[in-house]
Amino acid sequence: MTFSPALRRVGSAAIAALMLGAAPAALFAETPADTLVIADAIDDIVSLDPAEAYEFSGLDVVNNIYNSLIELDPTKPGELVAGLAESWSVSEDGLTHSFKMKSGLAFASGNPVTAEDAAYSLIRAVKLNKSPAFILNQFGWTADNVEQMVKAEGDTLSITTDKVYAPTFLYNCLTAGVASVVDKKLLEENAVDGDYGYAYLSDGSKSAGSGAYVIKSYKPKDAYFLEANPNAAVFKPTLAKVLMRHVPEAATQRLMLEKGDIDIARELTPVDVEGMAGNADVTVQQDVGGQIFYLSFNQKNENYKNAKFLDAMRWAIDYQAMADTFLKGSMVVHQAFLPKGYLGALEDTPYHLDVEKAKALLAESGVAEPKITLDVRNATDRMEMAQSIQNTFGQVGITVELNIGDGAEQLKRYRARQHDGTLQSWGPDYPDPQTNAGSFAWNPDNSDEGKVGTLAWRNAYDPGPLNGMTDAAVVEGDAAKRKAMYEEEQKIHRETSPFIVMFQIGYQTGRRANLSGFYTGGAIDSAAYWTVTK
Amino acid sequence: MTTSSSNLSRLTGLLRSTAGVLISLAFTFLGLLLVTFIIARVVPIDPVLSILGDRATEAQIEAERIRLGLDKPLWEQFGIYIWQALHGDLGVSIRTKQPVIDEIAQYFPATLELATLGTLFGVLLGVPAGVLAATKPGSLVDQFVRLVGLMGYSMPVFWLGLMGLLLFYGVLDWVGGPGRLDAAYDIMLEFEVPQRTGMILLDTALAGRWDMFFNAVSHIVLPAGILGYLSMAYISRMTRSFMMNELGQEYITTARVKGMPERRVIWVHAMKNVMVPLITVIALSYAYLLEGAVLTETIFSWPGLGSYITDALLVGDMPAVLGGTVVVGVVYIGLNMLSDLLYRFVDPRARA
Repeated sequence: MTFSPALRRVGSAAIAALMLGAAPAALFAETPADTLVIADAIDDIVSLDPAEAYEFSGLDVVNNIYNSLIELDPTKPGELVAGLAESWSVSEDGLTHSFKMKSGLAFASGNPVTAEDAAYSLIRAVKLNKSPAFILNQFGWTADNVEQMVKAEGDTLSITTDKVYAPTFLYNCLTAGVASVVDKKLLEENAVDGDYGYAYLSDGSKSAGSGAYVIKSYKPKDAYFLEANPNAAVFKPTLAKVLMRHVPEAATQRLMLEKGDIDIARELTPVDVEGMAGNADVTVQQDVGGQIFYLSFNQKNENYKNAKFLDAMRWAIDYQAMADTFLKGSMVVHQAFLPKGYLGALEDTPYHLDVEKAKALLAESGVAEPKITLDVRNATDRMEMAQSIQNTFGQVGITVELNIGDGAEQLKRYRARQHDGTLQSWGPDYPDPQTNAGSFAWNPDNSDEGKVGTLAWRNAYDPGPLNGMTDAAVVEGDAAKRKAMYEEEQKIHRETSPFIVMFQIGYQTGRRANLSGFYTGGAIDSAAYWTVTK
Repeated sequence: MTTSSSNLSRLTGLLRSTAGVLISLAFTFLGLLLVTFIIARVVPIDPVLSILGDRATEAQIEAERIRLGLDKPLWEQFGIYIWQALHGDLGVSIRTKQPVIDEIAQYFPATLELATLGTLFGVLLGVPAGVLAATKPGSLVDQFVRLVGLMGYSMPVFWLGLMGLLLFYGVLDWVGGPGRLDAAYDIMLEFEVPQRTGMILLDTALAGRWDMFFNAVSHIVLPAGILGYLSMAYISRMTRSFMMNELGQEYITTARVKGMPERRVIWVHAMKNVMVPLITVIALSYAYLLEGAVLTETIFSWPGLGSYITDALLVGDMPAVLGGTVVVGVVYIGLNMLSDLLYRFVDPRARA
């Protein structure tokens, strides 16, 4: 046997490599000056095609690659600013909206941006009919009629809706990723069998926009790399490159941030944030996202139609204690169906834990020895919430049995109205209050055969007058009146529905102290990279 | 017996054994596919819901179910899967819509690089440690090797990885951080280095980009070292036990009585026999690292096969899970065949 000399050679080579390798590790301790390096979990990306992207990470990319006719200003949450359109108006009958395009703009490819592109983009999204297409379908556009309802006339895009809607409703929907304007010429050159360039964009390595950046490469569950678009005009990027690395582990993100190997860490836990306190090189930016966490109860069980019983439960939850302990920083107490940041969102929090009051209400309700089976997804924060609820409900005399399981499986039960109680979360689809009002407080057909599918329907909840209020608010032209309508609607909903909204998600973004201008998009928008300086 | 008839019978024997191996391979494969396929269909994850999400309408769900072929009977789905797999088509990932085979080609080299280096560490340290412990049973060295081995067995890899990162990357700054390269190099790699193998160490070396090569080394050293440690714990324990067994054999006593130097007795005579079972141990440990490094990959943000399969499983992306499983199966079978070949090399009796 003669492999010991060989072993020796391999061994010394390995040690040499180790020593040599260790030395240059510190060479690039900081990220390149012209590059924004972000760590986030990006394995939720399904597509980077604006007609299909519908997850947080995917929409972040779309927001930086594409422009819309109207944009949300990342520096002023909720404020609409001109995107590719320079002005817009609505006809007297309120059915037709005209958008005059800015002149002289070009896509990253060099092709000019025209009204033709804008019309094509909306038609394309409706015809491809991917998950976010329903945002556009709300205006009465179907694959059959969209070409008649969305038309380019010279430098103006003309949009017709099936009935009169609040103009803000349309404008807000047009800021959603699905309404991004794509490069018609480029996509048609690469279209296969009339697929509107869907296959061309499907691997995520190519883009067809006029936004601040273009995609240079995308490796699923690994990284994406963006480069400044030289033709960008609506939003001009400050940094030349963006590198997003898939780092699923929060503790790892924190370590990389503290070492200066990344500029931004987007998935920090309260523990990490606490651990970074005192490090002057890093800072934590707090804001809220759009996702809300709620309890809901299936009204097929008559107990959940009992107003006193529902009220007892609202007073039997220790919202603040949860937000101050295991949810610290990652959730804030919120008790209305519109998340903070939305038009008309109620920010007051009238309910708190009051065991005696809850006990009295339970006694008044006449519900004897109530027992709830609560479906809970097997995620740590949700299980902790459920345990807290189980504990405080127990103090009041309500027995809670937890049914913990996989998210998709529980969603199936929920959608089939088979749950008893459930702990769920909901993220809005587009930056208009209708997105949540239409789901929490609208259910015109409460039968099992009803095809409504809204959250109200899933809980067999007939919102009664709220149906009409939702319908009225979505067509109200006066923005101030519209706001008041949603406020009123939330109040009624919070006091009468089988929903108990508890929290709104908080974002804790860690960033290097030398970096500024990063906006997560908060509750209503996606992240903006073009504003970042360092 | 004439020479030609003896040749003929040897040829027939060879053909028969090859056919036997091939048939058993085919059955192993089929079994593997069947079991994975059934598990994939039994798990209560609805792939359609996991793609379309909470808002999808019934019509969209139904259309997607048909598009994915999930409306067909199970046996038909399985038949289609086998047929496509035999043609090198592992399907299209439900989640990313990319061909599974392309995705695996992207993730597997990263794992291969990591597991190979880890196994190399494990063998280089584990075999000598095991031998040393066996030759001096009960000594301090033996106790030390046992302790190190036990720690390797009992410490959760997740904890080990995080602590390793904290110490060697966070505090001492000896190694690169998570990921395969620093950000600056990551971007360069994409556009300046032809990626022939997908293994960064090899690709950068082939391109003569030594700055990038050493940066990659600084990144892989820690995760490979941790995997190497786990592998070493196993290999050293097994080597010790095999070696103890050999050292008690009569031929060893004979060699010693003949006055043969102890080094030669151990490293030549005993080692030859230890190598036979040890090859299997090393091959199994290698295969384990190739598919089982999920936690290490997660902590080190290593875009490898383990995390690919796990992520796919969590979102019900069954084509990706099945594809990954097939590749792991192929690796196991390949490594088994390789260890068979190596037996023949080190053990003349196996050549008969």
